Amino acid sequence: MSRDLRNPLQRARGLGSAKDGVGHWWSQRLTAIALVVLVLWFVVLVLGLLGHDYQAVRASIARPWNALLMIAFIIAAFWHAVLGLQVVIEDYVHTRWLEVTSMIVIKLLAVAGVLAGVLAVLRIALGS
Amino acid sequence: MAQTTRPLSPHLQIYKWQSQMVTSILHRATGIALAVGSLVILWGLVALSMGPDAWASFHAIAASPLGLALLFAWTWALWFHFINGIRHLYQDAGAGYAISTFIKASWFSIIGSLVLTLATWAYVFMGGAA
Repeated sequence: MSRDLRNPLQRARGLGSAKDGVGHWWSQRLTAIALVVLVLWFVVLVLGLLGHDYQAVRASIARPWNALLMIAFIIAAFWHAVLGLQVVIEDYVHTRWLEVTSMIVIKLLAVAGVLAGVLAVLRIALGS
Repeated sequence: MAQTTRPLSPHLQIYKWQSQMVTSILHRATGIALAVGSLVILWGLVALSMGPDAWASFHAIAASPLGLALLFAWTWALWFHFINGIRHLYQDAGAGYAISTFIKASWFSIIGSLVLTLATWAYVFMGGAA
């Protein structure tokens, strides 16, 4: 059926039809492994903060370990979300311009989200 | 859809519903829901960084009936994606593909996520902090 006369090795070197080889797949799994730990930490943190007032919540997030883990959580979560949403778009959006537009919007939103989140944590941690 | 002479697999409604199929669909659906939910986490953090007033309005909305209902739904989405995600990582390693194991594991994702969600909210309400 295939009219592609290239040697399979040649095609493999071109990283396949996705153009990025298994990079996407690996990033999704690595962020997933990181999120297993970070989600557990996040849930325990939030449950521990229930009923506390503004000052207490802020002081808790400001502690170095919590601030560090929160930044890691934000980056890993948004990265993982972009990779997942990208696959959903690739699978279901068949109008090319809409597919590319959605991809750009989602990536820019994620970058904006990470920047806003990291800045918020830094302001909380550094007290400005 | 592209015109093709290749045989195509039947559409979704042809298949009998199975737990493995439900967990696969739910993994995507909860993933999308969690992506939206992550914006709420972001909102909370930004409000916290802005000051007591911004935090108070975030807290008021989060603790409203609609806010609590959404948080409950997101808690289930989180635990489902969490357990089922670990199941996927296990399968990515090449394990658990015997049909009986596969079906059992998908039920584990469904029931486990419900148990964790109820346990989480039992803790929330017993703490009296909602």
